[in-house]
Amino acid sequence: MLHLNKLTKQYATGDKALTDVELQIPKGQVVALIGPSGAGKSTLIRCINRLVEPTSGAVVLNGTELTRLGAGALRKARRRMGMIFQEYALVERLTVMENVLSGRLGYVGFWRSFFRWYPQSDVDEAFRLLERVGLDHMADKRADELSGGQRQRVGIARALIQDPELLLVDEPTASLDPKTSRQIMRLICELCAERGLAAIINIHDVALAQMFVQRVVGLQLGEVVYDGPPDGLSPDILTQIYGEEDWEATIAKVEDDDDDLAEGAVA
Amino acid sequence: MAVSIKNNGQKIWQLRDRNNQILRWFFLFIAVAIIMYCWQKISSQTEWFFVWDAPRIAGDIGSRALPPRWSYIDQLWEPLWDTINIATLGTLLSLFFAVPVAFLAARNTTPHPVFCRWPALLIIVSSRSINSLIWALLLVAIIGPGIFAGTIAIALRSIGFCAKLLYEAIEEIDEKQVEAITATGASRWQVMAYAIVPQIMPSFAGITVFRWDINIRESTVLGLVGAGGIGLQMQSSLNVLAWPQVTLILLIVFIAVIISEMVSAKVRAAII
Repeated sequence: MLHLNKLTKQYATGDKALTDVELQIPKGQVVALIGPSGAGKSTLIRCINRLVEPTSGAVVLNGTELTRLGAGALRKARRRMGMIFQEYALVERLTVMENVLSGRLGYVGFWRSFFRWYPQSDVDEAFRLLERVGLDHMADKRADELSGGQRQRVGIARALIQDPELLLVDEPTASLDPKTSRQIMRLICELCAERGLAAIINIHDVALAQMFVQRVVGLQLGEVVYDGPPDGLSPDILTQIYGEEDWEATIAKVEDDDDDLAEGAVA
Repeated sequence: MAVSIKNNGQKIWQLRDRNNQILRWFFLFIAVAIIMYCWQKISSQTEWFFVWDAPRIAGDIGSRALPPRWSYIDQLWEPLWDTINIATLGTLLSLFFAVPVAFLAARNTTPHPVFCRWPALLIIVSSRSINSLIWALLLVAIIGPGIFAGTIAIALRSIGFCAKLLYEAIEEIDEKQVEAITATGASRWQVMAYAIVPQIMPSFAGITVFRWDINIRESTVLGLVGAGGIGLQMQSSLNVLAWPQVTLILLIVFIAVIISEMVSAKVRAAII
């Protein structure tokens, strides 16, 4: 469904963030992208929806070459790619509902969005999603009144209301505590399974990635150095990705908290 | 930062090393010398007779200015109302131009970093470099005396002020929110309305009431050059040496400024 073909990004400063990245993701597959800071994980997912303009190579989504689209067609293509951010990137001074509905901006005209006259079907969907992520009672709160976990749930709802085929997830848990991190990862993976979405999840936490995904891609200095199942991440491979470290001791199996979403909603 | 090592191997840390310290004392010495020279110049060119006389003259004017001529207030309500209108309409008019200029001048929203940004900066600088009293002088000559000239003068001066503060606010927004809205497939205008405008709203409101507050003060003097408002009464009272009337006008202006200050503080508190 998504195919990255020799994707390369060189920044104006001369730093090469990505070198000939080759990646194929079938429909409905959740992929974790791991690698040290500066490996090019954020650049990679931003090159897919062209928040960062790739230098060369192609991104093909369902047969459309995104890298060649003009501004208007790119906006249409972006509607099918939901994005979730590390620090939530909610518009802090807008309400939860406005933040969720902003996921529909690609579908409604300027004046409709300006006066917040969204179609009732969008509003219905927004309420459904807020209920699904456990925040239906928060619709009228301002985004900056929410806790970290709650904000990330709003971010997830905003991405899903776009009706995407692909989720681009940039460090969803890096600003969250371990328990909330797990709840958020579980929620993202459940939602992907429910809706048959493919997803690329950038993540620092190798143990967390291993817990939830079917496939792990390791990135080091802009190059793919591992692509395989999560349990194939041997200490040798981790050393290759991150550098020398006592992996047996640090990547011990982490206990999964047995809490459900209802509890997470109040967290 | 200076780190030196004593004979016994102990590390000494001082904020500045010795040469740096001496250089600083030297510049301080020059600065003091310049100030003393200027002081002496000013002193030799002052007619000290008038200065020693000042308390007596001030007392004399004071005794003639008090008590204020309260009955004169009947003639002040209308010019006071004009003054407030000049300030308010001038501020609104300036915002009409300042907002687009600010978006053109901000690095992160300008359509072109040279062809749009530089003209916008030029507008800001030229508006700011000329005092509203000078604008009023020019405009009274061009469009004739009256409230209209005053309003335009206030507006012209305020464009630069508001646009400058606003474009600085635009440049300081959190780009991640812009990124997030862009990623949904929103258009340029939608990104502006959803990601940028909510972030600059508090500064916008703060700037507006702050400028309005300043404009109330500025419009009280515009009448001195014939551009309407309470300054006109001030001018005519000064011309006939009617000190009790001047006192009353100053008192009224003082109260108006206090009230405007209170209003703007309230508005700012309410918006944040």
